Amino acid sequence: MSIKSILEVKNLHAGFGTTEVVKGVSLSAQYHTVTAIIGPSGCGKSTFIRCLNRLHEETSGAFANGEVWLENTDIYAKNVDPVSIRRKVGMVFQKPNAFPSMSIFDNVVAGLRLAGVKRHSILKEIVEQSLISAALWHEVKDKLNAPGTSLSGGQQQRLCIARALAVEPTVLLMDEPTSALDPISTAKIEELMTELRKKVTIIIVTHNMQQAARISDQTAFFLSGELIEFGETSQVFTAPKMDQTERYITGRFG
Amino acid sequence: MNPAVLSQHMAQRYLRRKITHWIMMGVLALASCLALIPLLSLSVYVLSQGIPGLGINFFTHLPQPIGETGGGMANSILGTLTLVVLASLIGVPWGIGTGLYLSEYPPGRLSTAVRFSADLLASIPSIIIGLFVYTLIVIPMRRFSLLAGGVALGIIMIPTLARSTEELLRRVPIHVREAGLALGLPRWKVILRIVLLGNARAISTGIILSIARVAGETAPLLFTSFNNQYWQRGLDQPSSSLPVQIYTYAISPYEDWHQQAWTGALILVLLVFAMNILTRILLSPRGSS
Repeated sequence: MSIKSILEVKNLHAGFGTTEVVKGVSLSAQYHTVTAIIGPSGCGKSTFIRCLNRLHEETSGAFANGEVWLENTDIYAKNVDPVSIRRKVGMVFQKPNAFPSMSIFDNVVAGLRLAGVKRHSILKEIVEQSLISAALWHEVKDKLNAPGTSLSGGQQQRLCIARALAVEPTVLLMDEPTSALDPISTAKIEELMTELRKKVTIIIVTHNMQQAARISDQTAFFLSGELIEFGETSQVFTAPKMDQTERYITGRFG
Repeated sequence: MNPAVLSQHMAQRYLRRKITHWIMMGVLALASCLALIPLLSLSVYVLSQGIPGLGINFFTHLPQPIGETGGGMANSILGTLTLVVLASLIGVPWGIGTGLYLSEYPPGRLSTAVRFSADLLASIPSIIIGLFVYTLIVIPMRRFSLLAGGVALGIIMIPTLARSTEELLRRVPIHVREAGLALGLPRWKVILRIVLLGNARAISTGIILSIARVAGETAPLLFTSFNNQYWQRGLDQPSSSLPVQIYTYAISPYEDWHQQAWTGALILVLLVFAMNILTRILLSPRGSS
């Protein structure tokens, strides 16, 4: 790995109260790649990616320590404001979560408008760009004033992607973004991801191993809060080095 | 067991279950009809007693001195509206702010104490709130006033509004808040602009219901805003209000005043009904947008 990483995690520990959920994980991601994180439920993968935008600490009783380097900043350094980190590291959640009572337009620009961007011409342009990037523009361009929650689940999830892209993050975290969607919507979002990686670096948690194999460049396998194996996706899925990885991807446990 | 015996036994059980079902359904239907009777009979009675006194004068004229017929409750209607506005100015921000704190900030000793006192405050008889405001405002000012009445009603609004706001915001899924935080918005902006504004319709329902509740309060007004037979002359002066005027007229010995009281009661009931219906419209899906 000679290319400079955009994201480098060193010895990250995280959990709730006295329970450690992520037990000393180190991994890195290069610019414009897709990293898939797989593992059985409760293995700490969600907690792990929620540490990458410091959202984990918003849960009461949560703790996290270690180093997470985003380009040249350790986001867990003392003087770093989590709000500024979250502008650079966007997130898409498991369930589509369009903001209630906001139109499609308002949903997309929520991040910018609430941060003080007011000029309509700028917002309008960003809405179009973001919706095009999220492959939703053609479906909604004539009803931008309709409520965001009036869209179907798959459309709402792409709306959430557009909303995350509108603040121009450098990294996009996706926490099981297709697990609540039907296969057609899932295929659309997978297709979208291969386009998006030209702009952002993607870290995706998924339960769907075919999905990980299809869309990612590298795969990390988590088990009980530890990183068991991390490597090129083709290698992890065809010639896993660790016995536990092989047993998991062949469906023999987990 | 013999299969035939079992199936006969099951058939008997089934019949008995069916009969019990129909009896219980009947009891429940009867109970719900009984619940409607007081409301219906009250509405019919107030309507039939109140309508004869209804006329444009009732809304535009001041009460007449004893012995003269006619007159209206214009000052009382204006007084009640003023009191409701004053009460809302105090109760709405305070109540909603408290509700926001209870729902959005991590549970701790303070929030437990606040929630408990809100529940206690809600169960305190309103006349006690009136006494409290009497010592707090009326005695120092040496005067009954609209202001004192507004404060008393405002205090009554706080606990119910706080709890209804809390319950409502708790139903907003946590991942909506997280989506806001993940966009790089500070927590207070997420709370105000996404959680609160996103549920503005439901919140306004809570506000209207709490207003409807205090609009008919009488006891706390008896020694705060008191009464006045003329137009109100300022926030620091006593004022008439519908409930107190109804009370005064209803216990008087004059036939004419009794009629006025009934008509006042009708207006008050209609006011409260209208507010309740408004909340239904606000809450119905896509009712306003």
